[in-house]
Amino acid sequence: MARIEAEVGKPKGGFMRWIDDRFPFTETMKYHATEYYASKNFNVWYVFGVLAFVVLFIQLFTGIFLTMNYKPAAAEAFASVEYIMRDVEWGWLIRYMHSTGASFFFIVVYLHMFRAMLYGSYKKPRELIWIIGMLIFLVLMAEAFAGYLLPWGQMSYWGAQVIISLFGAIPWVGDALVEIIRGDYSISDITLNRFFALHVIALPLALIGLIFVHIVALHEVGSNNPDGIEIKKNKGPDGVPLDGVAFHPYHTSKDLVAIIIFLMIFCGVVFFAPDMGGYFLEHANFEPANMTATPEHIAPVWYFTPFYAILRAVPDKLWGFILFGLSVMLPLFLPWLDRARVKSIRYRGWIYKSALTLFVITFFVLGKLGTMPAEPLYVMIARIFSVFYFAFFLLMPYYTTIDKTKPVPERVVYHD
Amino acid sequence: MTKLYRLAGLMMVSLYFMTAQVLASGGGADLASANIDPDNIKSLQRGAANFMNYCSGCHSAQYVRYKTIGKDLDLSEEMLVDNLMFNADKTFETIQASMPADDAARWYGTAPPDMSLIARAKGADHVYNFLKGFYVDADSPTGVDNLVLAGTSMPHVLWELQGYQTAHFTEHQNEDGSVTTTFEGFEQVTPGSLDSEDYDEFVRDTVNFLAYMAEPIRGFRMNLGKWVMIYLIFFLIIARMLKKQIWKDVK
Repeated sequence: MARIEAEVGKPKGGFMRWIDDRFPFTETMKYHATEYYASKNFNVWYVFGVLAFVVLFIQLFTGIFLTMNYKPAAAEAFASVEYIMRDVEWGWLIRYMHSTGASFFFIVVYLHMFRAMLYGSYKKPRELIWIIGMLIFLVLMAEAFAGYLLPWGQMSYWGAQVIISLFGAIPWVGDALVEIIRGDYSISDITLNRFFALHVIALPLALIGLIFVHIVALHEVGSNNPDGIEIKKNKGPDGVPLDGVAFHPYHTSKDLVAIIIFLMIFCGVVFFAPDMGGYFLEHANFEPANMTATPEHIAPVWYFTPFYAILRAVPDKLWGFILFGLSVMLPLFLPWLDRARVKSIRYRGWIYKSALTLFVITFFVLGKLGTMPAEPLYVMIARIFSVFYFAFFLLMPYYTTIDKTKPVPERVVYHD
Repeated sequence: MTKLYRLAGLMMVSLYFMTAQVLASGGGADLASANIDPDNIKSLQRGAANFMNYCSGCHSAQYVRYKTIGKDLDLSEEMLVDNLMFNADKTFETIQASMPADDAARWYGTAPPDMSLIARAKGADHVYNFLKGFYVDADSPTGVDNLVLAGTSMPHVLWELQGYQTAHFTEHQNEDGSVTTTFEGFEQVTPGSLDSEDYDEFVRDTVNFLAYMAEPIRGFRMNLGKWVMIYLIFFLIIARMLKKQIWKDVK
C-alpha cells in the first residue's frame, strides 16, 4: 500500500520518471513551488524575502569573480582592489555590484524584518522561523564586517580596530579574546588573511545553511499574510487553502515584477552613485590603511550605526558593550515579548501603532547619529533615543496586553 | 487607513531629513565648489598637461596607465609620448613620480601622497581649495601655509602662476577665554603670470583631471547605466503583462 501511495503524483514514464525514482524532484518542486500555497493578498512588504535571495545570489556570484583577482595580503590588498577597478575587464562593475550589494543586503533584510513586526510574522507558530532569521542576521553582520576589512583602506582598518577592541571590554578574557580575533597584537596581515577566510568560506557556508533551514521551516508552517490569518484554517474540498495561490506561477510572476523594480534601484546606485555620497563607499576608504595615522573621524558603515550609536551613548565601556550586544539580540525575543492576541497591525490598537512608529524613527535617528562625531549634544540625543529603543522591546509585554485590538475577519481581505 | 500609513511614512521620512539637516549643520570649513565638468574633454586634456608638468615631479599616480588616459581623453600615442610621458617609455606604464619617494620623505618629512585616488578620498572641492589656499607664512620652513590643510609640508609649487598672497585673520576673544580665529580673506602681494580668473581655470582643469584619474570608468559607467535602465524598463513592462495574465482568474 505504502508503495502505491508513493507512486501518486509521479510521471508515468520517461526521463522525469527515471529521475523521480532516484531523486524526489517532482515531489520537491510541488512541495516548495507549484503546490506551496501562500495568501493571495500579499502586499509590497512580502517581496523582501525573495529580494534578499536575489542579493545573496549577486553577492555570491560577484564574490567569486572578485576572489579571482583580489590578493588577501596587507601589502597588496588595496592595490589589487584598484587593479580590479581599473585593469580587470568589467572588474569595476563586479566590484560596484558587490559593494552596493552589501548595503542593499541590509536594506532588504531590515525591511524584511520590519515586515515581520508589521504583521506579527514572528508570532506562534512561526517563532522558529524568526529565530533562524535572527541568526541569519547575526551571521550577515559578521560577514559584512569581515568583508569590510578586505579593501584595506583607512576606514577598513580603523573601523575594524574600533569594533574588535570592543571585545576587550569583557572582564578577564577580553584582551585574550581580542588577540584571538586579530591573531596578532594589532590588526595586521594575519588579521586580513583570517578575515578573508571567514568572509569567503566559513560565513557564507553558515549563511546558506541557515537560509535553507529558514525556508524549510517557513514551508512547513506556511507564510503569514497582511491580515495575520492562518489560511490553512479555510480549505476547499480539494484540501487547498481557499485564500491561497500557488507560489509558482502566481507569486513567482509577482516577484519577478518586484525583482525588476529592485534591480532598477540597485543598478541606479551601481551605475550612477556607487559611493552613495560616502554612505556605501566611505571617502576615507580610498586611502590605503595606515596604522600610524588615525583618521579624525571613524564611523562604521551605515548598517551598523544604529547599534554603534547605542554603544557610544553609554559612558561605561563594559556596559556600552553589553547594551550594544543586547540591542542587536533583543529582537530575537519578540515572539515572547509581544503578548497581543492578534498578529497584524491592521487589527492592533493605537498603542502598538504608535510604539512601532516611534521605534522606526528611533532606528533612523540612531543610525544617523552613529555616523557622526561623538559631540556632547549628539551623545545626549543618542541617550534619549537609546532609551526609546530599549523601551520598545522591554515594555512590550505590558503595552501589547493593554492595547485594544479589533476583531480579525475569517478570511483575508483581497481587492483585485 | 492606507492614507494614514502613507502620511505616517511621509512624516517619518521628512523628520529624518530634518534631523539630519540640523545635526549636519555644525562644524566643517566652508569650501568653494570646484565646479568641474567631467564631460569636458578639453578641460581634462589641459588638466593632464598641468598635472604632468607641475605635479608629477613629486606625485605619482601609480594606478593610472598612460594608455587609459590616451583612450579616455582622445590623445594619440604620439601625443602621449611627446607631451605627457616624461619618465616613461611604454604607454601601458603607470604614472611614477620623478623624485624618489625615500628622498622625498627625507626632504619634506613625509613622502608626497599618490594622486590616483586623492579626489575621491578628499573630494574635488577640497583639492581645489587646497591648491588655491597657499598664503605667506614666515614661520613655515616652506615660507607658506595652507588654509585648507594647516601645516602642510607641500611648498607653493604653483607660485609662478598664482604669485603670493597673504591671509587676513581676525581673532575673537570668547567668554571662556579661548580665542576663535576667523579667516577674512586673501590679499595678493606679488603677482603671478596668470591673473586670478586664469589661475582658477588652471586649478579647475587640474582638479578635473584628478577627479578623472580617481575613477576613469565614470563616464562609461554613467553611459552604460542609461542602457541598462532602458532594458529594465522594457523587461518590467513584459513582466507586468505576464503577472496580469497569470493573476486574471484570482478573485
